[in-house]
Amino acid sequence: MDEKGDSLPLITGLDPYEIERIRRDFPILRERIRGKPLVYLDNAATTQKPLTVIYALQRFYAAENANIHRGVHFLSQQATFAYERSRARIRQFINARENREVIFVRGTTEAINLVADSYGRAFVRPGDQIVVSQLEHHANIVPWQWLCARRGARLRVVPVDDAGEFAFDEYEKLLREPTRLVAVAHASNALGTVLPVKDIVRRAHDQGAHVLLDGAQAVSHIPVDVQDLDCDFYAFSGHKMFGPTGVGVLYGRAALLEQMPPYQGGGEMIRTVTFEGSTYADLPHKFEAGTPNIAAGVALEAAVDYINSIGRSRIAAYESELLAEATDLLQRVRGVRLLGRARRKVAVLSFTMESAHPHDIGTILDAEGIAIRTGHHCAQPVMQRFGVPATARVSLAVYNTRSELETLAAALGKVGEVFSR
Amino acid sequence: MSELRELYQQLILDHNKSPRHYGRLADANRHSEGHNPLCGDRLQVFVRLEGDVIRDLSFEGSGCAISRASASLLMEALKGKSVTQADRLLAAYHRMLTSPPDAEVDRDSLGKLAVFAGVRAFPMRVKCATLPWHTVRAALAGDGTPVSTE
Repeated sequence: MDEKGDSLPLITGLDPYEIERIRRDFPILRERIRGKPLVYLDNAATTQKPLTVIYALQRFYAAENANIHRGVHFLSQQATFAYERSRARIRQFINARENREVIFVRGTTEAINLVADSYGRAFVRPGDQIVVSQLEHHANIVPWQWLCARRGARLRVVPVDDAGEFAFDEYEKLLREPTRLVAVAHASNALGTVLPVKDIVRRAHDQGAHVLLDGAQAVSHIPVDVQDLDCDFYAFSGHKMFGPTGVGVLYGRAALLEQMPPYQGGGEMIRTVTFEGSTYADLPHKFEAGTPNIAAGVALEAAVDYINSIGRSRIAAYESELLAEATDLLQRVRGVRLLGRARRKVAVLSFTMESAHPHDIGTILDAEGIAIRTGHHCAQPVMQRFGVPATARVSLAVYNTRSELETLAAALGKVGEVFSR
Repeated sequence: MSELRELYQQLILDHNKSPRHYGRLADANRHSEGHNPLCGDRLQVFVRLEGDVIRDLSFEGSGCAISRASASLLMEALKGKSVTQADRLLAAYHRMLTSPPDAEVDRDSLGKLAVFAGVRAFPMRVKCATLPWHTVRAALAGDGTPVSTE
């Protein structure tokens, strides 16, 4: 089997033997739910964790725990070293130029709020435009609404077409007016659409606008190279890439971050404090006030290593095979309507059924041990665009299998049966 | 699986598929809107109140099988009742939905509405059954301004 694997071309999907080995790294996948083997298809909400990540958390608290960047004692130095090593690994992972461009935050939401607050104070003037897309998660809408209200700026929205594609021509029209920042998803959490982010960045830069990419749904599924993308900010969460909750990353171009004021005030982010005034620390600490989630930050390195041990190109190739198969299977279930048929997608399938509301689908699938997400996916504008109150969403990860997809299709058949009774 | 069968009983499936009292009541003098922001469900309730009596009522909106059937069965149960009788029934319905899954069900007071006892085994779905309850109560407590029928 290994020999056969070696003879395969470099970029290919993963064979069933490798998938079986990957599945063994995730203890939760052996759980039984309501007497049935767990079929976890809610990876866009959060991914499961491999043993290496679980052990990294455990090891930190069992043997390495101390606060970072302050003590002279041994453990504090060790903890600082592990935390900073994780930062360096993440720099490599997204190909940032410097470690100081990697800011640890709680997650994508905090990263975007940080930029809206700090970049907003430094750069956004009355009359400026902030451009988002109709596909955004609420976390990439609400902070910009607040910023626009505070600074007298205007929020503009690039629509999506019936397939769920970003309307590039409409985007170009919007850019004719003075635009300060474009903030769009790399991949949509509700539909799976992968946006043409390189072109989006290029056109924005032509107009002198900066670009933030919300990478929450992209970073563990497709290769991300912030220098190649040429974006100014890139935000993502640890827990959607096999890492712990409570840690995420804001990548920012150093030249921009240096011009931005601190986000929160507190320990760690200062250089000197007197009652007359304070001066601030250098990057990245300027943006990292207070004791962070150290254990999660340290364990994020293990998550990056885990992804690298498989390879993002191979993950992407395998997931796109799974996506094609899932699309095909779902289309064959009577009454299923798929939303979002973009040419490039991550493995997210949003759908409705003629006979059953998404919540009823979710409850019946749950009884079969299948976990999916139902609702508006924190993307109500997408639901409005497609004229549905909610959808059922299947989102895949590298440990999902073809046989799980067949289990899903069979369970959806049962949904149809129950509701046509 | 038996819990699932308890949840999706034939009566519920039937009222989901063919909801009674569905649409906008032309001569309503009470109206309210209900919204479950967690799932995006929206519901409107129209009531024709004559003196102390619920002469007629209807509902409209999108929702799951539990919320549609619960609205439909509530409409059926409340039609022709006095406001006092309605309050008593609504209180019994809410008491049942918020009781533990194995608690005794007051079938005499609840009648057909007892069919929703199975929802109690699905904590995430209890709100689906209480949305119509909230909305009907709001309509009955309303100020009586006639609603627009467009």
